[in-house]
Amino acid sequence: MRLVILETSNSVAEWAAKYVMRRINNFKPGPDKYFVLGLPTGSTPYGMYQKLIEYYKAGKVSFKYVKTFNMDEYVNLPRDHPESYHYYMWNNFFKHIDIDPKNAHILDGNSDDLVAECENYEKRIVEAGGVELFIGGIGPDGHIAFNEPGSSLVSRTRVKTLAQDTLEANARFFGNDISKVPKQALTVGVGTVMDAKEVMILITGTHKAFALYKAIEEGVNHMWTVSAFQQHPHTLMICDEDATLELRVKTVKYFKDLSALHNKLVED
Amino acid sequence: MTGKLIQFINCKILRNHKFIKEDIWVRNGRIINPEKVFFDEKIQADTVIDCKGNIIAPGFIELQINGGFGYDFSFRDKTEEVTSPKEVYHRVLPKITRRKGDANGATILGVHVEGPFINKEKKGAHPPECIINYENGLSAIEDVYGSLENVKIITLAPEFENSAKVIRELTENKIVVSLGHSTANLAQGEAAVNNGATFITHLFNAMLPFHHRDPGLVGLLASDNILKGQTVYFGIIADGIHTHPAAQRIAYRVHPNGLILVTDAISALGLNEGKHKIGQMNVEIRDRKAYVAGTNTLCGSIATMIECVQLFMKATGCSPEYALEAASLHPAQVLGIEKTKGTLEYEADADFVMLTERFEIKSTWIAGECVYES
Repeated sequence: MRLVILETSNSVAEWAAKYVMRRINNFKPGPDKYFVLGLPTGSTPYGMYQKLIEYYKAGKVSFKYVKTFNMDEYVNLPRDHPESYHYYMWNNFFKHIDIDPKNAHILDGNSDDLVAECENYEKRIVEAGGVELFIGGIGPDGHIAFNEPGSSLVSRTRVKTLAQDTLEANARFFGNDISKVPKQALTVGVGTVMDAKEVMILITGTHKAFALYKAIEEGVNHMWTVSAFQQHPHTLMICDEDATLELRVKTVKYFKDLSALHNKLVED
Repeated sequence: MTGKLIQFINCKILRNHKFIKEDIWVRNGRIINPEKVFFDEKIQADTVIDCKGNIIAPGFIELQINGGFGYDFSFRDKTEEVTSPKEVYHRVLPKITRRKGDANGATILGVHVEGPFINKEKKGAHPPECIINYENGLSAIEDVYGSLENVKIITLAPEFENSAKVIRELTENKIVVSLGHSTANLAQGEAAVNNGATFITHLFNAMLPFHHRDPGLVGLLASDNILKGQTVYFGIIADGIHTHPAAQRIAYRVHPNGLILVTDAISALGLNEGKHKIGQMNVEIRDRKAYVAGTNTLCGSIATMIECVQLFMKATGCSPEYALEAASLHPAQVLGIEKTKGTLEYEADADFVMLTERFEIKSTWIAGECVYES
């Protein structure tokens, strides 16, 4: 596992975007060879999308031969609701780039048959050749996608009931009315993400510091689902200084000493 | 789901009262929601048009124009006309039918007739012998105009007997009643509005001047005696001649939601200085102003709508967003067509103007087709 420690959340956004661009370009995708990307939503990856749009507009990267699979979506939330992940992806990323709509996949939380929707999603990932790079963020309680504390670490895409903590944290997006917060979501499983060839997790801010500590300094634990990625052969964690506040000095020092090596990963 | 899918990129569009950086997607002549295309249809645009950073604003709607480039609507085959003998109406009105716009001309939503129920004392350029009174009510109107089929707006003076009934009848027939060429006092104006009138023809012009004890029709902008929720709209000729900049500022500050830019342009719009014909009269262009020949009576403006937008911005210091909406959204509202015209919202008609940063017209589009390029 690699931990890249950067100064600010802005540098995390830029580093992550550069890495994605480099991975896509090195892959040399084409009509017979699509690059498959797993995508998160939320405030942490927002800056990364902004940067990727900038690189796309500057002609440095194209999404013409990229397929994307989003991590999760609320159940029974209208697609045009500002908190839906369809809305987020459309407004913050897809409408600005050249991706073919046929290649952009997001779980449909309004499907009549949610179980079938989840099973199909797994199938479509396999048909696309598996995810090359899965990008994720984490919650303060260490969840990845909607794999809440206690989720199985071998879980697959499924319907998930959200934890009370998550509902409370989300209420601010729904007019501070907890009754309006969707209580269920569709989410890829920890196992689904583990199948990706590479996993990149973005962690910024002091409120995520304890989760980062749990993710990398303690053992694999299904109460902190992101810790599962300690056992992934290619995990890349990108964090800012604030997110390291709960880490041991020796952990931080060790990874910071590796920064020259890490920065080579995004050099032009 | 047929029809070519066109995407306009690199543009600043005027939507919901502000400029935003957003693409416009058009299909079958309408503006559509690209999110639905992306997630439901999963298709990409057939044509991408690079707007090169220009502004896209809703297409202008002119509520008061008499002609232009040598054509006079009262005389030649080609929305407003001045008072004329009824033979003229009978001949001309059927020819000005509602039509969809194309490269040969704008969409015609209907005709604005100024007259014949106007006040001789405020006739402006209208020949006095063609002005009649209300005695016979709506049937008189039909007698004069032949058919009301193509008529969308009627300007009338509300101070005469029987006007209340006529206003109600016109309103029931979905004709917008506009108050003007009138010596009405405020109470008469308020009564007319409460009977259904929603518009004031070229505010300040051809009406009593503002008086503090009875502000007349101008007072409607600040009246508290009209039905709640009723917006009174009013036309402003912002050519810099017909309405003093200070008067424009007063109207703008008192009642911004009702302000509609109109050109009141005549057939001499686009023509050179000298003598021309308007309606039954000779017109003279002197110093870029249009007069009844040999007099000092102004008879209409020769400014284009975009000039009015620019002049109005300069006169009032209003935002460009506001000025452009005063020429598009506001007239659509008074006509009750704001869902399809005067807006760039989804499902609206793809009628718009492309403007430079300095608000000069680059091109004009009707139903998603370019009909004019500068």
